[in-house]
Amino acid sequence: MHVENRPVEKKKRTTLWLRFRKNKGALVSMIVLLIILITTIFAPFFSTYDPGKTNLRGRLSPPSLAPMTEGAAPHILGTDQQGRDVYSRLVHGSRVTLNVGITVATFGAIIGIILGLLAGYFGGWTDMIIMRIVDIWASSPIFLISLTFVMVLGPGERSLIIAFLFNSWTLFCRMARSQAMAIRNSDMVESGRAIGAGTGRILGRHIMTNIISPLITTYVMEIAHYINAEANLSFLGFGVQPPATSWGLLIGEGRTYITSAWWIVLFPGLMIGITVLCLNLVGNWVREEFDPLSIKQ
Amino acid sequence: MGKYILQRLAFTVVVIFCISIMVFVITHVVGNPVDIMLPLTATEQQRIELTQRLGLDQPLHVQLITYLKDLARLNFGVSWWQRVACEEVIMKFIIPTAFLVTLSCLFALIIGVPLGIISAYRPGSLLDRTITILSLSGVCLPPFWIGLMLMLVFAVNLGWFYTSGFGAWKHLILPMITLACNPAGHVAQIVRFEMLQQLNSLYAITARAKGVSEVTLLFKHCLKNIMVPTVTMLGVDYVALMAGGSATVEVVFGWPGFGNLITGTIENLDFPLLQAEVFFVAVFVCIINLLIDFMYTAFDPRIRF
Amino acid sequence: MSKVTKNHILLSLRGLKKYFPIGGGLLTKAKSHVHAVDGVNLDIYEKQTLGLVGESGCGKTTIGRLSLKLLPKTAGEVYFNGRNIFKFTKEEEQKFREQAQLIFQDSFSSFDSRNTIGTIIGEPLAVHKIAKGKELQDRVAELLRTVGLKPDLMYEYPHTLAAGQKQCVGIARSIALKPKFIVADEPISALDVSVRAMVLNLLKDLQNTHNLTYMFISHDIRVVRWLSSHVAVMYLGKLVEYAPTEEIFKNRLHPYTEALLCAVPIESPRDRHIQREILLGEVPSPVDPPPGCRFAPRCKLAEERCFIEDPILEERTPGHFVSCFVDFRGDAEIS
Repeated sequence: MHVENRPVEKKKRTTLWLRFRKNKGALVSMIVLLIILITTIFAPFFSTYDPGKTNLRGRLSPPSLAPMTEGAAPHILGTDQQGRDVYSRLVHGSRVTLNVGITVATFGAIIGIILGLLAGYFGGWTDMIIMRIVDIWASSPIFLISLTFVMVLGPGERSLIIAFLFNSWTLFCRMARSQAMAIRNSDMVESGRAIGAGTGRILGRHIMTNIISPLITTYVMEIAHYINAEANLSFLGFGVQPPATSWGLLIGEGRTYITSAWWIVLFPGLMIGITVLCLNLVGNWVREEFDPLSIKQ
Repeated sequence: MGKYILQRLAFTVVVIFCISIMVFVITHVVGNPVDIMLPLTATEQQRIELTQRLGLDQPLHVQLITYLKDLARLNFGVSWWQRVACEEVIMKFIIPTAFLVTLSCLFALIIGVPLGIISAYRPGSLLDRTITILSLSGVCLPPFWIGLMLMLVFAVNLGWFYTSGFGAWKHLILPMITLACNPAGHVAQIVRFEMLQQLNSLYAITARAKGVSEVTLLFKHCLKNIMVPTVTMLGVDYVALMAGGSATVEVVFGWPGFGNLITGTIENLDFPLLQAEVFFVAVFVCIINLLIDFMYTAFDPRIRF
Repeated sequence: MSKVTKNHILLSLRGLKKYFPIGGGLLTKAKSHVHAVDGVNLDIYEKQTLGLVGESGCGKTTIGRLSLKLLPKTAGEVYFNGRNIFKFTKEEEQKFREQAQLIFQDSFSSFDSRNTIGTIIGEPLAVHKIAKGKELQDRVAELLRTVGLKPDLMYEYPHTLAAGQKQCVGIARSIALKPKFIVADEPISALDVSVRAMVLNLLKDLQNTHNLTYMFISHDIRVVRWLSSHVAVMYLGKLVEYAPTEEIFKNRLHPYTEALLCAVPIESPRDRHIQREILLGEVPSPVDPPPGCRFAPRCKLAEERCFIEDPILEERTPGHFVSCFVDFRGDAEIS
């Protein structure tokens, strides 16, 4: 009898890809997110105008494919109250929005998962102290606490990130803890100890891999959540300050012109909605796909 | 049950205490109010004067004790911006918000539950997919943007409602619908999910086998069982809206509520008012959480304390 | 195997105790304790099988876990090859983990279901840095063949296997490190009757080919008789009788053993005349048990003394230990 040298990893990956392709919603969302990410990273390359360049003659002109002057790029999404190109501002505005969402979710995840795993795996005092803090956080008025930070530190991207980080870790902490608790007493962990695997290997190789999919789901959903939160605060004028811009601020600035120039408001809002929607769809897909009980053959 | 209520109340007090400390730390340790309130050109003399006026020249622990004493007496001081006692300001602004948010949540329930049930009844159908997309949009689109779009169509172009203000029902409809979008989406999603589980459960199959009609099964058996998760979900949304979530929509529609108050507080750097607001909202959040907990007993016969 | 051979003692338990606290928070002391294992002395000889029997909840599993140092003890010692396992240095502990293994009742629950069979079986080898890469793959294939499975299975995920196959994979992982001692915790009770024989035969074959010592935990008397060289009977955390298998099936010196062994269904209707001891009453709670013999409340022969004093395990005849005050002898033939 000979052992077939089938490449295990490759086989696993192709089936995953096949299943991913079948899920149209998740596939489309992923592509849209990639496009948004790429345009954000290479914003100067994709924008047709300098986002800060004003043109008082061409104020509030509606979306059109025809160039205003000979040889210039058309304002495909119109111009705003100062004649700036809405499309270019949109491309540049995503930087702040995505930066806040991803930074907050990433650091929140790192802090929360570490604390949650410690609480769940060791239990006792560690668990009690960490979870009491989480409980208090959960009952606190997060929006107001965030605003307090903004008030004390002054509005801006940095204040938003600090304010959001203040509570983004708690959700991850709860998730990681409950998952770790469920697995801590399982036969799987005991068998790991029986073969002599150390705590590090058990936590990292077995517990982490088994709780990673709900955590990825949470991570993706949290990015969406903080993109929304950033939009809210920026809309109120507590986020980045002009001349810098973000999607929320674009709507905030454009809302006084809603009666005459709907395009200033419409497109940034759609972008926020699409981004958040795609993140949600991808998150849901991760949850369903990597559920250990539903691994299909 | 009595012991449980006492425990929860005690924990609530601890939570409110901790949140108050948190706010103190953020406002007094992380930042210095004097730096924020004075222009960069302020003289040293002005700085010292303001520091003394705010009592910031005292040692930190003395400030903390004064702060906690005032809180315990529910004495929040005078708002710098509105020039009246903080609690009065809050009372004046919180009523319109409570009115609006409560109506919105009821509206969300009335819209969301039927949508969820219809969706779950024929999963995968065109109707189901349409409703899923609608509820996802309600959850994902920023509420202030929905508000602006509704305003553009129904107030500006069609002229059915007023764009902003407070008083008539024509003022109320648009902000109410706007605020209801998010919770209605949540409710529809959770009702659909729970309903599918219920309809595929063994008891539902048994009931069908016994000849219970679909309508009875849906409304009498299943609906009763999904009330707990639905109400919990709605409770969370209600708290979020009351605790400042309605701010952007209030700003859009010029609604003279709590959300607008918060925005003004930050713009005017009104520290006493902010502290009072955090305290009020914290108490409010805790009370609603308690109510949700107790509501479990009313809906779910299995949960007893 | 039935002969009592005075062999080298591989594992010995001395006064081993394990109490689990119940109630009590972080600040308050536990209100009471479950006496899961309460002073057990036991020897297991090299290359032999000790069958540990008793009703569910009597502490069999706890003894198994303690013998492998998977639980902290409350009191007492466990000696492996004459060395106290609770005083091992790090290196000694690593060595011990290679030499002593566990087979689970439900192997599947002990697998990381995201890994392939190959990874699961190979993990012990990877942890102890014994093999990697191609060599690891060959070793895994070899192990799969040893337990009678196709090497191809190493690319599959555990949930695709049948219950018997899962158990074989569990066994393959347990023998991957070529251990000396294996605790088999009810390895067949979760299996269909049809595959039990296969797994049992495999265990017996492995014992011969790999020179294994088993602690075989079970509540199935007939399986224990077939596989074990010695039998230890437990009742509520205490050992009540311990003897070579054939000896104990011929001469039961403890009334509980009598009741337990006679609970085996009689195979032939012709044997129905055989007098059977029927155990009455419930197993008392192991929470803070009263003084005296734990079996006394259910024992037909209990005397006044049994309720006051706790009998100790003593050697009644050579190699046959019992803890009972009453001079009982059950010698009816058991089929």
